[in-house]
Amino acid sequence: MLEVRDLECRYGSVAALKSVSLSVEKGQIVALIGANGAGKSTMLRSLSGLLVPSRGSIMFDGEDIARCSPPQVLKRGITHCPEGRHVFPDMSVEENLDMGAYLRRDMAGIAADRAQIFEQFPRLAERRKQIAGTLSGGEQQMLAIGRALMSRPKLVLFDEPSLGLAPNIVERVFEIIAQIRADGATVLMVEQNAYAALEMCDYAYLLESGVIATSGKGADLIDNPHVQAAYLGG
Amino acid sequence: MRRFVPVIVVALLATVPLWLGDPYILNAFITTGIFTIAAMSLNLLLGYTGQLSLGHVAFFGIGAYVSALTALGFDVELFDGFHVVHEPWPVIYGFILAIVIAGLCGYLVGKLSFRVRGAYFVIVTISFAEVVRLVALNWVELTQGPLALTNIPPVTLGLPGIGYANLYGKTGNYYLVLGVGVIAYVVIKHLVQSRIGRAMIALKENESLALSVGINVTRYLVLAAIVSAAIAGAAGSLYAHYLRIIDPDIFLFLYTVTMVIMVITGGKGTLAGPVVGGALFGAIPVIVRSFAAPEVQWILYGAFMIAIIFVLPQGIVPAIERWFAPRPSKKQLVASQSSVSAE
Repeated sequence: MLEVRDLECRYGSVAALKSVSLSVEKGQIVALIGANGAGKSTMLRSLSGLLVPSRGSIMFDGEDIARCSPPQVLKRGITHCPEGRHVFPDMSVEENLDMGAYLRRDMAGIAADRAQIFEQFPRLAERRKQIAGTLSGGEQQMLAIGRALMSRPKLVLFDEPSLGLAPNIVERVFEIIAQIRADGATVLMVEQNAYAALEMCDYAYLLESGVIATSGKGADLIDNPHVQAAYLGG
Repeated sequence: MRRFVPVIVVALLATVPLWLGDPYILNAFITTGIFTIAAMSLNLLLGYTGQLSLGHVAFFGIGAYVSALTALGFDVELFDGFHVVHEPWPVIYGFILAIVIAGLCGYLVGKLSFRVRGAYFVIVTISFAEVVRLVALNWVELTQGPLALTNIPPVTLGLPGIGYANLYGKTGNYYLVLGVGVIAYVVIKHLVQSRIGRAMIALKENESLALSVGINVTRYLVLAAIVSAAIAGAAGSLYAHYLRIIDPDIFLFLYTVTMVIMVITGGKGTLAGPVVGGALFGAIPVIVRSFAAPEVQWILYGAFMIAIIFVLPQGIVPAIERWFAPRPSKKQLVASQSSVSAE
């Protein structure tokens, strides 16, 4: 479904990604793990069109999207749920969800999807008229996920979905990600919480200083001594 | 109830020339109205897309000069023996050209300057206004430079077959400004309450997020700049044909500052904000002039501005809205507190 080949991404003279290749099959959850500054967010930003890679190709459903703008990428079915639970702070919960469907014109479908998201996140339904900036951190993350789903994505890119959340909410976020896959979408996620990510994913890539250091099934990477030493605390 | 407030305000304003005898006060109403229209246009950029244009007076002045020159005609020698001659046209064409050309300038400035944000954008807009001022000052053949364009004809309204009327008087100009103001308000209201307006608000709140939900940020910024500049151009045209004389001082930074003050004190990002701010800062000079010496007037003006920003940092209109908004019930407050403590 997604095939990244020899991707290089530069910020000025610094290459944040050096010839990265990875692939995501339909229906999978794929995790991208690595330390701070390894290039994980850069990877997602170039996939969603926020950054233009200097070299390499990103094939999505047989089409090179490496030079597409973010709206064009979104139209093809890739949605980006950015790091730090971004919401539109002065808009209501409902308006935030509707912004997620900005490129869609089917009012009935949008309303149905909104209703479904409220069903999935009863907490958001209770607060549908509340201003998003006044939600708690966990609620904002739920809202960010809900908004990402409003574009009916084929592939969802999650950037650090568990960052800065209380443990019980982290667990809930991972449940939701599993549910998204069960509902038919594909997931590529970047996580610092390496253990949780490896446990739930089908396949994982370890990114170190802009190159893929190793890859394999989640369970295999958990057993990998290098991964254990560097990322799983021993 | 709330939706009738603008209608009531317009109805009240429409009666003003009927009972107001003092031409000096009516003059203040007209110039205030013109600057309020300019402030409304600035609010579209500053309040809805969050971009501070400190060169907004450029579009106002371009509108004024375009409109005046269209009505007066000109004969300019561009290079040896090559003259561009324009015969005077009816004022209404000048008004339309002012809108079109100011909008076009908004497009060009937007296209160029929205590659940068924040302080850089502010500097680009200031520079643009300064360049336009220097052109107006030094291209004497076209603009008369500091000698000013004089004898600008007043706006002529009418229909073929029915007859035409020149708006020399204050009453006629007052209704003209009120009419254009209402149209500008309605245009801005429809724009910001549409899909386009939601995109503008979204990109103001979080630009990278707006991009990732599929909003073409630059396109909407440029669009806001075009509409904003076009409305400012219309206001400039009204100004030129009302005063009937304009000089390069129309590009003074002070006028931009006046517009910014009107928008910020009234409440940026609200429809009524620039109208309230405009009325207030149109009225203050008139009121303080009646009892204070000229030096003291400006001090009072500044003090009043600081007081408003200090007491109501969001502006007057949002403060009023909050006052009338339904208070959150105790239950909701408790609920939101408990969710905070659950984190």
